[in-house]
Amino acid sequence: MTKKHSKLEAINLDAYYGDFHALKGINIAMEEKAVTAFIGPSGCGKSTFLRTLNRMNDYIDGFRIEGQVLLDGRDIYAADVRVDELRKEVGMVFQKPNPFPKSIFENVVYGLKIQGIKDKNVLQEACEKSLQHAALWNEVKDKLDKSALALSGGQQQRLCIARALAIQPSVILMDEPASALDPISTAKIEDLIHELKKDYTIVIVTHNMQQAGRVSDHTAFFYMGELVEYSKTKTMFTSPKDTRTQNYITGRFG
Amino acid sequence: MAFGNKSYTCASIHNTLRVQEKIIEGLLWLSAAITILITVSIIWVLLSESVKFFGEVSILRFLTEKEWTPLFADKKFGILPLVAGTFLTTAIAIAVALPIGLTIAIYLNEYAHARFKTFVKPLLEVLATIPTVVYGFFALTVVTPFLQSFIPGLAGFNALSAGIVMGIMIIPMISSLSEDAISAVPRSLREAAYGMGSTRLQTAFGVMVPAASSGILVSVILAISRAVGETMIVAIAAGQQPRLTLNPLVPIETITTYIVQVSLGDVPHGSLEYRTIFAAGMTLFLFTFLLNNLSFWIKKKYQEKYD
Repeated sequence: MTKKHSKLEAINLDAYYGDFHALKGINIAMEEKAVTAFIGPSGCGKSTFLRTLNRMNDYIDGFRIEGQVLLDGRDIYAADVRVDELRKEVGMVFQKPNPFPKSIFENVVYGLKIQGIKDKNVLQEACEKSLQHAALWNEVKDKLDKSALALSGGQQQRLCIARALAIQPSVILMDEPASALDPISTAKIEDLIHELKKDYTIVIVTHNMQQAGRVSDHTAFFYMGELVEYSKTKTMFTSPKDTRTQNYITGRFG
Repeated sequence: MAFGNKSYTCASIHNTLRVQEKIIEGLLWLSAAITILITVSIIWVLLSESVKFFGEVSILRFLTEKEWTPLFADKKFGILPLVAGTFLTTAIAIAVALPIGLTIAIYLNEYAHARFKTFVKPLLEVLATIPTVVYGFFALTVVTPFLQSFIPGLAGFNALSAGIVMGIMIIPMISSLSEDAISAVPRSLREAAYGMGSTRLQTAFGVMVPAASSGILVSVILAISRAVGETMIVAIAAGQQPRLTLNPLVPIETITTYIVQVSLGDVPHGSLEYRTIFAAGMTLFLFTFLLNNLSFWIKKKYQEKYD
């Protein structure tokens, strides 16, 4: 077996909010069709880093980066990269479910519609496929025209995942996708992540170390803007090299 | 003994405080009561004078006659020409203010830097503080001659320039209230749209504006209400000729203008001519009352969409 291709890569990445140095010299390569988890205490930079991967921080006043982020070997911060095109390749699921105040159907096909796809059959097919992929189809197939806001929190989050899948990205970024959900919904999302990694590269930020242990293949520990340790999840949780990692995963701080 | 003294002092301070509280409470109650009383008396005067008017002129005539000539020898009491004039100037004003106001709101919210926004928004609101008489003369002496240079049939007094200038006046109302409404849309929705690869324009029109639509609608209704009640601009620039028309190029008269015209003239108090202004005022009041209630209802109904 050859070594898997690295899908996303950061090279000497520094990020600043005004004067605040939020990320310090990050070097990391994330494997294709695998789950990489970012863990660390609040304010350690893990969410900031996740958001540099689809340039979600672009509109924050005073935010800037130095260094490179490569997607399939191509710098996503290069001058000729269109941010909207990049985000079609690198989808995102947020901490709190954030469906649009539209029908379930309209939510799923939103990304296709803004690309100018109008064919009803194409949209319907994509809607069904995405909802099935997000393990939501059976629950909503009879009420696609109902408002997405009427769904439960867990269903809304799976809808947001379906919405992200509909535009066929190759990477999905998840920013604490289950932190606002109950345990059963959380379990469903975690099962889903297991399924999705067959086809997608997944990067997930989580506060929950058990969750990182359950869903991820690789784990990166961030602390005070630095990437302290990055290894196979099993290795990280059984024999961490750095004492800060050790302290964090044994619950001594954070 | 000392204990007794102390409790006595405490009680007296307590009493003074309580009296103060009572007085303040009374004053607050009084100011609220006075406001309500004034509103009620205005409505009472409007109603009682209108009732006397409608004792002499039937409501049917008032609503169906096509001419409004209470000051002429051949009296006609059809409110429709005044309503048409009000409707026409208001429609023109909204046609100007809605696209410009909404564009400004979207620009400020989606594109402008935070610092630029805090600088520009109050500046825009200055537009609303210019005295309407100034707007009126602006319409009459600047806008009308300018429009006449390329609209040949335009009369010196007309609904068009009055409406346009009124529109400029209410731009800040729409831009400010709509911007507030768009700002109130949760940040997470904007991020969702961006995360799906939306451009800023797609985010603004596809997500933010629809999500803020109830607030934007409220801003438009309040702007309509303001335009319907606007007096000075139309009195100066639109002419004072009640005319049942939707032609913006000719002089017209609005309900408010008619009231000014009669109030300034030498119509004897208590006469039928005098009472016409109360009937007209009642009509105007009904319009603005309904509009304000509609906006209140929309606000209440759609307010808790997200939480």
